[in-house]
Amino acid sequence: MNRKRRNVLKTGSGVTLLSLLGGAGFLLPHAAQAQAWNKAAFDTQNLADTMKALGGGEPAQSKDIVFFQTPDIAENGAVVPVGISSNIPKTESIAILIEKNPNMLAASFDIPAGTDPTISTRVKMGQSSNIVALVKADGKYYVAAKEVKVTLGGCGG
Amino acid sequence: MADPMKIRANVVGDSTEVKVLINHEMETGLRKDAQGAVIPAWFIQSVTVTYGGKTVLAAQWGPAVAKNPFLSFKFKGGVKGEKVTITWVDNRGDKRTDEATIA
Repeated sequence: MNRKRRNVLKTGSGVTLLSLLGGAGFLLPHAAQAQAWNKAAFDTQNLADTMKALGGGEPAQSKDIVFFQTPDIAENGAVVPVGISSNIPKTESIAILIEKNPNMLAASFDIPAGTDPTISTRVKMGQSSNIVALVKADGKYYVAAKEVKVTLGGCGG
Repeated sequence: MADPMKIRANVVGDSTEVKVLINHEMETGLRKDAQGAVIPAWFIQSVTVTYGGKTVLAAQWGPAVAKNPFLSFKFKGGVKGEKVTITWVDNRGDKRTDEATIA
């Protein structure tokens, strides 16, 4: 099977459809208004750069950020469950950062009022590393870290 | 077009717990195929969950979110029989919207 050709075909048709839709004004207006993907933040490689891209200063260590469902040892780095709960009042967003991944920021969640500051998802880890939870509450940033050992990496290959 | 999401929304106490399983490759752009050619990045960039016309969760994801991503969270309120709507958009501009009835 020529996988490359299939990919090209798939990509090609996707682009054409999108440009057709866009040209005809079919794209829903709310999609255009949705917050643009923060490329700068996802390209960063250390915590200081990530903070700069997110527009925050030096984050404070916090004991009010709790990890749950997060293993100490992950057998498969391709699927590592991560649960983060923030007990800091007025939590606005929670971000998951993985220290030794090629790009540190894995995901960021905006928490509107009325939503529990607790999220749970699954991430990839290239190697054993600290998982850093970055919480923004009332305009200030807080961090907590948990070390996860990976026996089989999930990035690259 | 991508496969549908699996969504569960259940009332737990005074909140609604939402669990989503999305079908997506979440390719990082760092892996190589058997010929040594880089497999281009293909991942979900944003996920939005709305209930009653209000956004209850907005997420931005990078390629480090696992393949076939899972997401779970809770929001206050939520009435049985009402609908929760989830939309994702990936870096190719592909998108999908699914909804589930709160049980």
